[in-house]
Amino acid sequence: MDSNIEALVAALPRVLDGVWITIQLTLGGAALAMVIAVIFGILARSSRTLVRGFARTVIEFFRGTSLVVQIFWFFFVLPQLGVELHPMAAGILALGLNYGAYAAEVVRGSINSVPTGQWEATTALSMTRAQRMRRVIFPQAWALMIPSLTNLLIHLLKGTAVVGTITITDLTFRLDSLQRDTNTFFAYGLGLVIYFVLAYILTLIMNALEVQAKHRLGRGESLKEALSLRSPDTGVEAGEAAKS
Amino acid sequence: MPSNTDSPNGGNVPAIRFDDVEKRFGDTVVLDGLNFTVNKGDRVTLIGPSGSGKTTILRLVMTLEELSGGYIYIDGEPLSHDNVDGKRVELNEKHKNEIRKRIGMVFQQFNLFPNMTVMENIIEAPVHVLGMSKDDAKERARGLLQQVGLADKEDAHPLELSGGQQQRVAIARALAMDPEILLLDEVTSALDPEIVGEVLGILKHVADTTDITMLIVTHEMQFARDVSNRILMFDGGRIVEEGTPEEFFTHPKEQRTRDFLQAVVADPITGALPWQPGPATPTRDGDTL
Ligand SMILES: Nc1ncnc2c1ncn2[C@@H]1O[C@H](COP(=O)(O)OP(=O)(O)OP(=O)(O)O)[C@@H](O)[C@H]1O
Ligand SMILES: [Mg+2]
Repeated sequence: MDSNIEALVAALPRVLDGVWITIQLTLGGAALAMVIAVIFGILARSSRTLVRGFARTVIEFFRGTSLVVQIFWFFFVLPQLGVELHPMAAGILALGLNYGAYAAEVVRGSINSVPTGQWEATTALSMTRAQRMRRVIFPQAWALMIPSLTNLLIHLLKGTAVVGTITITDLTFRLDSLQRDTNTFFAYGLGLVIYFVLAYILTLIMNALEVQAKHRLGRGESLKEALSLRSPDTGVEAGEAAKS
Repeated sequence: MPSNTDSPNGGNVPAIRFDDVEKRFGDTVVLDGLNFTVNKGDRVTLIGPSGSGKTTILRLVMTLEELSGGYIYIDGEPLSHDNVDGKRVELNEKHKNEIRKRIGMVFQQFNLFPNMTVMENIIEAPVHVLGMSKDDAKERARGLLQQVGLADKEDAHPLELSGGQQQRVAIARALAMDPEILLLDEVTSALDPEIVGEVLGILKHVADTTDITMLIVTHEMQFARDVSNRILMFDGGRIVEEGTPEEFFTHPKEQRTRDFLQAVVADPITGALPWQPGPATPTRDGDTL
């Protein structure tokens, strides 16, 4: 066991490096995925058949093809067509397109769930299409879509492990090398813990966003209230319980 | 009665004109060549049995439904379709939006924006659609909130308000756009009976203090009688009878109108209409079965 710790200490800078790369891939992929999700989620609701058809094709294509194969395409095939991508760029692109396609369906579904009365009120107030979406519909859809987006974000985090195959030294890659100096149990056990902690942090952040989004709709407490651990009510109850 | 002569276009251009309007939903024909006009400053109430097309008429004016045929003119200008050399052409979104700005609507289900406070709901369109400054819009909104009795609720969220309060905010929101035409579709049907009166009172006040043209659908016959200067009775997408409230409620000409009034407002036991002249309507307590 001691030798494992020594090996870990020696490898720690590289493991942390891997964690950082994984975080970059996750955040970069998520940012791109969100942009793609909003654009294609909205286009997929267009009343014009051509626009809708285009959006659907893109969504179905990137949902329906494997992430690994997409990454290979961006990293190994595109250079043959004259487009050289930095491995990180190829990784982020593949993650963004793949998870963006899933998230586009979430965005589309959430927008569809906003009651038609809300749309009608925006028409009665002569708002333009862009104003309707930006100021009324999307903010309401946003609160609905966060739980599903949280799921996808966790999947995306785990999906980053796939990009180690294109010379990116992410967390999984570093764990592979650590495993050679320690043992598989130790190295991959550590891996489970680190991925879990990362996923948990993402979940906490997304939960905070959800509390905030719901509060804006007049439902539930504000983020500040939710975060304050000391609630005056429970304080009184605890005091009374202690007395009896 | 508000006068028609002080409007810039002169008194003879109707605020709303239906010209051979057709509306179909799939195979269901709701309106089949409907013609009628609403003059500036008129308060017209549409009544008629369920499914007769009253809501559809209001929604067509608000461009919430597409016309299947014919034309609607607002202040003499085509709303969504125009007749160009005998050809019926659809007008673009920009044109529709310009005309829409003159029309406000209050919905049965209020439809306030839950992602905004009461104040934000009211100033949203004046600021972003009419280009009013935020300060001016807020000042105006405070005046309107005062008018609907909710001066202390400007920072509340719609979901924190009762149904009656939400509907009053919705009225303020529609009025904040300073509409020439106000459409009211059964605005009290979703409310508890005891708060219907206060909402109708506010609308009566609006009718008394402005010259907004109103097109009203309601089952509150007393309100229709108090506010409107014209009543149109619809059945099967056609106007069966029209007249002043006085003529209409006291001397209905058509049998269908009489049947309808009997069914909707008559005392279920005595059969008396509550406003009929003659002996006061007996209270139900005094009746023997
Ligand atoms: N979106 C729609 N799709 C199909 N049919 C519709 C639609 N909207 C209305 N209709 C039909 O059009 C007819 C007129 O409906 P409308 O809602 O205008 O009646 P109404 O006079 O307002 O009735 P109520 O007093 O019950 O509100 C009805 O037969 C209704 O079923
Ligand atoms: Mg109706």
